[in-house]
Amino acid sequence: MVLYRRLWQASVFSSFVLPVLFVVSIGIGVGGYVGEIDGWDYLSYIVPGILASGAFQTALSESTFPVLGAFKWTRSYHAARATPVRIIDMVLGWQLYIQFRVAAASIVFLLVSAVFGAVHSPWVVLTPLICGLLALSTAASVSAFSATIENDSYFSLLFRFVMIPATLFSGVFFPVEQLPAVVRPLAYASPLWHGVELSRSAMLGGATPWPWAVHVGYLILLSALGLWWAWRAYSKRLRD
Amino acid sequence: MIYARGLVKRFGEFTAVDGIDLDVAPGEAFGFLGPNGAGKSSTMRMIGCVSTPSGGELRILGKDPVRDGPAIRARLGVCPQTDNLDPDLHVFENLTTYARYFGIPRAEARRRATELLEFVQLTEKATSMVEPLSGGMKRRLSIARAMVNEPDLVLLDEPTTGLDPQARHLVWERLFRLKQRGVTLVLTTHYMDEAEQLCDRLVVMDGGKIVAEGSPRHLIDTYSTREVVELRFGDEAPSSYVDKLAGIGERLDPLPDRLLLYSADGDAAVSELHRRGFTPSSVLVRRSTLEDVFLILTGRTLVD
Repeated sequence: MVLYRRLWQASVFSSFVLPVLFVVSIGIGVGGYVGEIDGWDYLSYIVPGILASGAFQTALSESTFPVLGAFKWTRSYHAARATPVRIIDMVLGWQLYIQFRVAAASIVFLLVSAVFGAVHSPWVVLTPLICGLLALSTAASVSAFSATIENDSYFSLLFRFVMIPATLFSGVFFPVEQLPAVVRPLAYASPLWHGVELSRSAMLGGATPWPWAVHVGYLILLSALGLWWAWRAYSKRLRD
Repeated sequence: MIYARGLVKRFGEFTAVDGIDLDVAPGEAFGFLGPNGAGKSSTMRMIGCVSTPSGGELRILGKDPVRDGPAIRARLGVCPQTDNLDPDLHVFENLTTYARYFGIPRAEARRRATELLEFVQLTEKATSMVEPLSGGMKRRLSIARAMVNEPDLVLLDEPTTGLDPQARHLVWERLFRLKQRGVTLVLTTHYMDEAEQLCDRLVVMDGGKIVAEGSPRHLIDTYSTREVVELRFGDEAPSSYVDKLAGIGERLDPLPDRLLLYSADGDAAVSELHRRGFTPSSVLVRRSTLEDVFLILTGRTLVD
């Protein structure tokens, strides 16, 4: 079935300008003082992480207000519900849109990083796929969450207690081994950490901390659970 | 087109639709009339295959809405009570995007959108965004959108609620044209004039049940009298006249400001009134309307 997926003229611009500013300020500015991590200059070390966290943040924010809004404010999902479009099509259609956003942003970001000399391995071609998987594993369950709530104030909690800590402590700026052992499992649970390590391995050519199949497998598992949850949540919201 | 037997919809403890039977034939304009909370919209949502019946039997276009939901929805046009047009798209794109939901090819979608905008008189607004449109324009766009898949059955949930008189008449006129083309219309309304204008047949719902069924004329003949006399008395409360006027007309209904006298022959009733020496400050003899039927059947208490 050929179905139209809602693709809006999205501001791809903002989703990579911010990471680029990060690279410039922290990578070059702070990097000058930090020296090397794991044998790499700081810029090269954080670029893969910032790439992944950009995908993570895009995935997260695109599955909060736009999803709740399509249920509650514009009722676009209710409009689609009156057509042959199935609920699973709505879930997947939105995820596909997020994939486009993330893919476009990742590719542009990679080009910019290449200019800064932060690409060191031919495996870099895999990073857009890694970002896509990371985005799916995050966006699926966040969309599900957005479909279950009535009030957007939950989002500020989500941003404050999930997005920002995840961005700061998932190995983007420093290895998670620096974290106290008690909080390390939180980083391991975060999809972002797995995405960051995969992305870093692809861009720098080193091995991942855990076998790469474990990282990928974990992200696939999260994606599958997230999609299932999203399908359940969308169905529940639209059924009665 | 629609066949229902003992259809029930429950939301937890609350029973919104309490065992209704329906038959809607092709080409018919069928109305659900009833106060707020009567179960009209819940019924419509079950017919639109977006809400699963809690009990009873339902067939839409000969199919089972639970199993064949997508196939049935492909042949329905739905105009919801609250507009859910896409505010990020302009008028023309709202139609073409929606057409894509039905798998209609792009070129065909554009052709239909042009034609439909013409039909609902929005051609010059084609590139306007949705938000600045008036309520009547949005509703017309919703109707156009419901027609984009050339449906066999169009469901309209309160199509003219909240519109000004001009906009209502335009919507009615367009709906009447659809009916002439042989499209089956099912609508809910709490406006009597709308039901009288548009519906061949209607049911009155109250408390989740069907309390009356028939053509507008039939309902008026069955539940009301041919004419109604509205009487106003300057001095005393209308209710104090109920006993004094006993025997005139078939029924008396005292309202706070006036007294309704139901009678087959209004003028004869008025003559009788004068013969008995009553001098109401104003007398109005009018034909009975669906509104009288509605109020007789569902009572005057305000429901919210």
